[in-house]
Amino acid sequence: MNLTVNGVVAALPDDPRVSLLDLLREQLRLPGAKKGCNQGACGACTVLLDGERILSCLTLAVQCEGRSVTTIEGVGAPGALHPLQQAFLEHDGFQCGYCTPGQICSALAMADEIRRGVPSHVTGDLTAETIALDRDELRERMSGNLCRCGAHNGIVEAILETFADQTEQLEAAE
Amino acid sequence: MSLAEDAKQLVQGAMQGLMGKAVALAPDSWIPGGKPDPLIRHQHGHIGKPVTRIDGPLKVAGAAPFAAEFPLEGMVYAAVVHSVVARGRIAELDVTAAEAAAGVVAVMTWRNAPRLKAPPVFLSDPKAASGDNLPVMQDDEIHWNGQPIALVLAETQEQADHAKSLVRATYHAAPAVTDIEAAKAEGTKPGVFMGQPLHNKIGDAEEALAAAPVAVDATYTTPGHNHNAIELHAVTAYWRDGTLRLHDATQAVSHTAWTMAKMFGIDEKQVVVTSPFVGGGFGGKTLWQHQVLAACASQLTGRPVRLALSRESVYRMVGGRAPTEQRVALGADRDGRLKALIHRGVTPKTATNVMPEPFILPTRSAYASETMLLDVQVVELDMLANTFMRAPGESVGTFALESALDELAHALSMDPIELRLRNEPEKDPTLGLPFSSRHIDEAWRAGSERFGWSRRNRTPGATREGEWLIGVGCATATYPYYRMPGGAARLTLTRDGRASVDIAAHEMGMGTATAQTQVTAERLGLPLEAVTFNYGDSTLPGLVLAGGSQQTASIGASVIAAHRALVKELLKLAGNDSVLAGLDADEVGGHDGGLCKLDDPERCESYASILNRAGRDSVVVEAEPPMPLETQHWSMHSHGAMFCEVRVNTVTGEVRISRFLGSFDCGRILNAKTAASQFRGGIIMGLGLALMEETQFDPRKGRIMNPSLAEYHLPVHMDVPQIDVMWTDIPDPHAPMGAHGVGEIGITGTGAAVANAIFNATGKRIRDLPITLDKLL
Repeated sequence: MNLTVNGVVAALPDDPRVSLLDLLREQLRLPGAKKGCNQGACGACTVLLDGERILSCLTLAVQCEGRSVTTIEGVGAPGALHPLQQAFLEHDGFQCGYCTPGQICSALAMADEIRRGVPSHVTGDLTAETIALDRDELRERMSGNLCRCGAHNGIVEAILETFADQTEQLEAAE
Repeated sequence: MSLAEDAKQLVQGAMQGLMGKAVALAPDSWIPGGKPDPLIRHQHGHIGKPVTRIDGPLKVAGAAPFAAEFPLEGMVYAAVVHSVVARGRIAELDVTAAEAAAGVVAVMTWRNAPRLKAPPVFLSDPKAASGDNLPVMQDDEIHWNGQPIALVLAETQEQADHAKSLVRATYHAAPAVTDIEAAKAEGTKPGVFMGQPLHNKIGDAEEALAAAPVAVDATYTTPGHNHNAIELHAVTAYWRDGTLRLHDATQAVSHTAWTMAKMFGIDEKQVVVTSPFVGGGFGGKTLWQHQVLAACASQLTGRPVRLALSRESVYRMVGGRAPTEQRVALGADRDGRLKALIHRGVTPKTATNVMPEPFILPTRSAYASETMLLDVQVVELDMLANTFMRAPGESVGTFALESALDELAHALSMDPIELRLRNEPEKDPTLGLPFSSRHIDEAWRAGSERFGWSRRNRTPGATREGEWLIGVGCATATYPYYRMPGGAARLTLTRDGRASVDIAAHEMGMGTATAQTQVTAERLGLPLEAVTFNYGDSTLPGLVLAGGSQQTASIGASVIAAHRALVKELLKLAGNDSVLAGLDADEVGGHDGGLCKLDDPERCESYASILNRAGRDSVVVEAEPPMPLETQHWSMHSHGAMFCEVRVNTVTGEVRISRFLGSFDCGRILNAKTAASQFRGGIIMGLGLALMEETQFDPRKGRIMNPSLAEYHLPVHMDVPQIDVMWTDIPDPHAPMGAHGVGEIGITGTGAAVANAIFNATGKRIRDLPITLDKLL
């Protein structure tokens, strides 16, 4: 009964009540995923499960058997930051830093959802082959990640800058 | 608070008042800030630069350790059981099933909790940190709906959470006062804040109002609010060799250490509080029962205890902002000059704290008026103690005051900016003191130009795009400069040209370490990389609350004092062989890795040279700044001009903020990047205050009914437009670095700017926050 976390195999907990978030934070000592509400309302615990963003507080660890989890620790470390993490620094896309790992993990998967053409509430043409990563799409899709310090503008700028190439490629293809 | 306590506060207040008069009349040169901080003259150095956060890489990598992230050997996890009645006694408290549950180590209740003194409540002593003065789990009495009645301790959080559900409690409920209207019917009492009555009277304002050619008179209401920092309140507590150690999430490390020591009857040095990173505070991360319960539980079990509150427990145990009901009446002549300014109302508090939401504070220094009547009355409820939340007083007070100004401008058919400028006071209207720095006219001028204010449609309800009505509004923002007593800092300078600052300050996202590293590097004449800023530890010097936007000034003044001591020491070490010989501390400053004569930058000696010659590896100095008398000698405030554009849907009533500009006058800005984020963050919390935030308190049961982030709505990405900010950058000559703290002013004025824009869009004046869509249909 295993799962993979940031490329490393880890054992599932004996207690089936343990959430993926608590497995990460308390047993695997990966506190990068944050607990802000423990009831799926804030997004601070967002991690990637087989590349898709999930709320790890609403996911039982035992549901992840044989699956692959990526946490912020697997995205990039100080000294070897992912371009999105670097962009968060440049654009001051955080203040206290508590919601930040969730914002970053969420944004990585969100950009991929757009790349795959998954529509959102604000997508105009649901049948369109490609969706542009513009401010409204981004803000709508990131609205599940709360930030109380009010770093929203910097977060949006950081994501836009990081995935600008993606937007340009899509526009070129159209 | 008892009558005796109230009397004591009033006596203290009167003494302060007497001393204040002497300070007000003293010559400028006797007062801290009487001589401007030399750093104000440094124009091309580190100060003001948009330096990226020093601790940023740790935060974006999830590697910054927060309070619940210190794992300890043998640690037990805790879960809290709360009362479900507001007043009375616990009849039965059956913990046998919980104690028998798998993994449970102990269940702590009032019967087995260690005996403690009651906590000193915040403001009762300079070092007091507690939200209220109630005993913590010492008896069977219930004081509010949500009070902790048991703490379950288990090997895992899952075991603790399950066992918590097995605790059975019944109550002898007693009558509780939980309804503001019922309490008001029994009578109100005068509000007292920081030892001073919340009351000002100039002339007969009611009479002047009745006689004024133009008048507005309305009541504004604001609901309770919760801070809702995304990091849950958490603490990891353990005892070692008689010393209590807390890994806490707090904006008051030294206050917490002192207060806990008082409760446990030990020396304050026997409590060590560290808090290197705080996941948002906003006034909520002070001392509440959870730290005390964790420390007690660690004593009871002999093991380290982790108590990370659930979101619901934060609502039950950590106070928020109290609701307010405010009447604002303005009387003016036909030219808009104020003849009468009345701002009075009622707010609830508890008998166990000293914090009436002081909503008249912004009005005291805002406008010149021939007459004035400002007054806060309180009723006391049986509820969780309310507390400080971002810009206590100003946040909700400016909503009422600045909405009323807009109503008066409309009644006069006058530009609301012109109305405000026409009533600019020459000196502080209630204190009579000169302003230290007030450039609000410049903030209005620059802001209205950038926002395009002159292009607006003055007629309400007249600008439409399809089903959307569009409007713009403005309001004044204001927040005081505070500096609290107790600051101190240690400076260490080493022979390799490095320096460190040690001070018990805090980082909750403001960028403290980054901005203060810039300031210290500039003061010493060192590169940023050569300066280390150590903070977040109660064993460091200083009593530095991260509150009241005063931390910047407190650290600044402390480092100035330490720097002066350092320069004196260096001059002594330099001796007669130095080019600096014969100069005194006022004549030299840090420059290019050494000390130089201020008006002769060629006359320098490097720190390395001074220390080498003296045979020293380092110099260590510690100093305290003078008492903050500047705040009684000048009226010191930050200001802002807030501009908002809204779109209101005529079908659904939905409000969307389409543009927002904050134009600020907050002294000199220390870091353009982090300050902009502070301004924006305040404004965004202000958008929440305007449109969605409300703590729903059931007046029948005294219980908060929406204790979750699903039911208490915060602004999310889709609610937040690009927010423009700008600032005058004019230094306050009487403040350290010429700077003011900027953490709170953004939330002030924002609520009114939104409400005024909604009036311009729709012609509907909403005086009851939050402005939800039902109020616009």
